[in-house]
Amino acid sequence: MTQQFYVSPEQLMKDRADFARKGIARGRSVVVISCRDGIALVAENPSPSLHKIGEIYDKIAFAAVGKYNEFESLRQAGVRYADVRGYSYDREDVTARGLASVYAQSLGAVFTAEQKPFEVELAVAEVGPSAELDHLYRLTFDGSIADESGFIVMGGQADKVSEAVAAGWQGDLDFAGAIRLALAGLVADKETTTLPASAVEVAVLDRGSESSRGTRRAFRRLEDADITTLLAEEN
Amino acid sequence: MQETTANQVAANATSSFTEHLQRQRPDLLPFGQSPFGQGQQLPAGNPATPLQVPHGTTIVAMSYAGGVLMAGDRRATMGNVIASRHIEKVFPADQFSVLGIAGTAGIALDITRLFQVELEHYEKIEGTLLSLDGKANRLGAMIRSNLPMAMQGLAVVPLFAGFDRPAGVGRLFSYDVTGGRYEEQEHHSVGSGSMFARGALKKLWRPNLTEQQAVAVAVEALYDAADDDSATGGPDPVRQLWPVVYIVNRTGAFRVPERELAAMAGTIIESRAVAQREA
Repeated sequence: MTQQFYVSPEQLMKDRADFARKGIARGRSVVVISCRDGIALVAENPSPSLHKIGEIYDKIAFAAVGKYNEFESLRQAGVRYADVRGYSYDREDVTARGLASVYAQSLGAVFTAEQKPFEVELAVAEVGPSAELDHLYRLTFDGSIADESGFIVMGGQADKVSEAVAAGWQGDLDFAGAIRLALAGLVADKETTTLPASAVEVAVLDRGSESSRGTRRAFRRLEDADITTLLAEEN
Repeated sequence: MQETTANQVAANATSSFTEHLQRQRPDLLPFGQSPFGQGQQLPAGNPATPLQVPHGTTIVAMSYAGGVLMAGDRRATMGNVIASRHIEKVFPADQFSVLGIAGTAGIALDITRLFQVELEHYEKIEGTLLSLDGKANRLGAMIRSNLPMAMQGLAVVPLFAGFDRPAGVGRLFSYDVTGGRYEEQEHHSVGSGSMFARGALKKLWRPNLTEQQAVAVAVEALYDAADDDSATGGPDPVRQLWPVVYIVNRTGAFRVPERELAAMAGTIIESRAVAQREA
């Protein structure tokens, strides 16, 4: 019979946390910025079909870094949670806070109970009627939840990217300004100074989707051509 | 067969909101599984005194040069009583399709809501819109699920219209209570006033109507239905109530503004008053 070695709980948790952190740092960064026009979500992602950013509900979006299969299953679970909730109560009753706390609980349960923790970090963003009423939640692999204001940077060399974004962030940016700032942040840890539109994935939560597009669904994915024209404006 | 993890994952992967509810929250489905439990039926009703619930009445739909159009009157009836003068029975299903409902209003409104969530859910999970045929089939499956309720006299009969983007044409689908799906050409109508509306459509509809002409034809067909069917409501200038009209074309589904409908209904009433004829 093999002898089980004793491992202290502190060491066990530390090993798991290190394992998850390493996995997340291997990927590329995602930036979520709250601005005057709404919330811009920008990810470095060369694939046009395997998304890191997704729509959850009318005013709520999701962004993730880490292992695709793990965050994709969390995204789908989030869509199901939101749709069931909105269908059984009312569309207004689906909030980012509720969703973020469900995510926090699932991530926390996986971290302590499963063989290996999820190697993911998530952002849940909800656009409000004004920038002060926007909600940005950051969820980490162990189920910790943080309510951030202004912007979130996750994954890759998050420290460097975060510094660059913090230097340029201000509340009255429009979408073009916010996306430009995010792109400038994403190249902070690289030799190049610009990213082509095909190397990034950009989506926005439109603050005025009812008046500008006549829909309560604020989420809009920007095509490569949209990104190029948006960045070409007022250059 | 061995139940492997991969099999389980594949079996649980669904893009359908209805399937998800059937597994996790069957009590939320509108098809009469709650509060009587799965497999149980509603208590048998007495056919001589059918359950008194609001019924929605007439819906018309037609194709025109740039797409399809659907219109519904604003009345719900309960036996010989008008249950609602304001009810809306035509809804956008998603960006490129609309549905109109006739029959038991309560169940029909819930099925509409479920269908709207179903399409949006698929779009969010898969990242792409369902094909028009896919949407039409899903609606058929929902109507089929309602068959036990229909046998109790609580039938729902929808009309579905949408723009088929790959083909570049508007298409029209009708259903029966068993979920049978039939693609219609040119125009169609459902509900208690449908035979009068269909008569009007046969005389008024022409190929390649413009959008404006098509809206006028729809309003006039509903006017004729209301003229002969007591369960269909006509334009109501006193309360400023006009039919609900949606158009679906290449750019999406849009509701025709009340102002335009008021003007069109006014023109029809005026022309008929001037003619001074019986109908």
